[in-house]
Amino acid sequence: MKLPRSDQPPHQLSAQPATAPCRPASLRDLFFSFTWLALQGFGGVLVVVQRELVERKQWLTHEEFVEDWAVAQVMPGPNVVNLALMFGGRMFGLAGALTALAGLIVVPLMVVLVLAVLHARFAAYPAVQGALRGMAAVSAGLIGAVGLKLSSALVTNPIPLAWCAAISMTGFVLVALLHVPLLYVMSGLGGLGCILAWRRLRA
Amino acid sequence: MSDPLTAPLHLVLDWHDWLNLFAHFLLLSLMSIGGAISTTSEMHRFLVEQHHWLTQAQFNDSIAIAQAAPGPNVLFVALMGWNVGLNAGSMVAAVLGVLVTMFGILIPSTAITYAASQWGHRNRHLRAVRAFKQGMAPLVIALLMSTAWILASAGGHGAADWRLWLLSLASCVIIWRTKLHLLWVLGAGALIGALQLL
Repeated sequence: MKLPRSDQPPHQLSAQPATAPCRPASLRDLFFSFTWLALQGFGGVLVVVQRELVERKQWLTHEEFVEDWAVAQVMPGPNVVNLALMFGGRMFGLAGALTALAGLIVVPLMVVLVLAVLHARFAAYPAVQGALRGMAAVSAGLIGAVGLKLSSALVTNPIPLAWCAAISMTGFVLVALLHVPLLYVMSGLGGLGCILAWRRLRA
Repeated sequence: MSDPLTAPLHLVLDWHDWLNLFAHFLLLSLMSIGGAISTTSEMHRFLVEQHHWLTQAQFNDSIAIAQAAPGPNVLFVALMGWNVGLNAGSMVAAVLGVLVTMFGILIPSTAITYAASQWGHRNRHLRAVRAFKQGMAPLVIALLMSTAWILASAGGHGAADWRLWLLSLASCVIIWRTKLHLLWVLGAGALIGALQLL
């Protein structure tokens, strides 16, 4: 199923002076491209998304990727899922958004369920238990590393760095150590951050 | 199995338990700014501490298997649903668990993201849009660090503790400071664990 380029939402045609040179040929192309990049992404898909969509396929320029990623992070939901939705949506509308999402989820979900069944069968072996304990410890570290990498972005945040640090540390204490339900933390500290940013952006 | 962490649960879930699970994941989806992984601490509170629908070991394994497998990290949610279903006694319940948790975690965020991204892309220079984007940043980082902390502290007991912490810390620093592929670090962790060094 091929859709002509004019099927893009109209704002895309006017708002972006430099659009990517290439685009997915069809919904099928979109589905399998996202499936393929999801299946390459061990321990997270972000790095693969950047490599495949920006560098190899050239479906997104670097600027478009950075902008989409910022929004994907801000919106609720898994970042990579959000990125797929936004990209698919811009290419083929709602059908594209759902196709990219399905490409990202369906086949990897089956893979992960097969692994879970295998794990249940072999969980009694000490080596398997040990391997999973090791991987769990590593994945905790990987998530921490993502947090540390992103924290460098706070330097350019309009909120003063001292406030950023105070919010981050308070959030950490409330969530990690005191187990306060996320909704309260989100509305309280998140709201505070938004108000601070709003005030600083006035200038 | 002698380990109390892996002692199997036998649940009886009726329809309003499933509805409760679904509703909670719908709510988590709305709060999952920074990714589903940032709501992990809340999932733990709900599934393990409050309802006892998952054992600590199942909770940790769900995340570890999804991290080790290819694909988006959000699939750990499907594994949690799968395990809740298995605890309720059947494969059918396990599939139901996957559907309930995955649709729960995806529907609200997907709807919001799709609608908002169309609007936000056109209005990305508005002050409110920028204030929201940048105002959430410190909290997003706090949530990621909290998740790392909770996962790292959930892993070990007694004498084994410090070695797991060391492994978490080492892999954190390696991925933070180098460009080494994640897979090598995960593989190394698996190997160290399989050799019973943890």
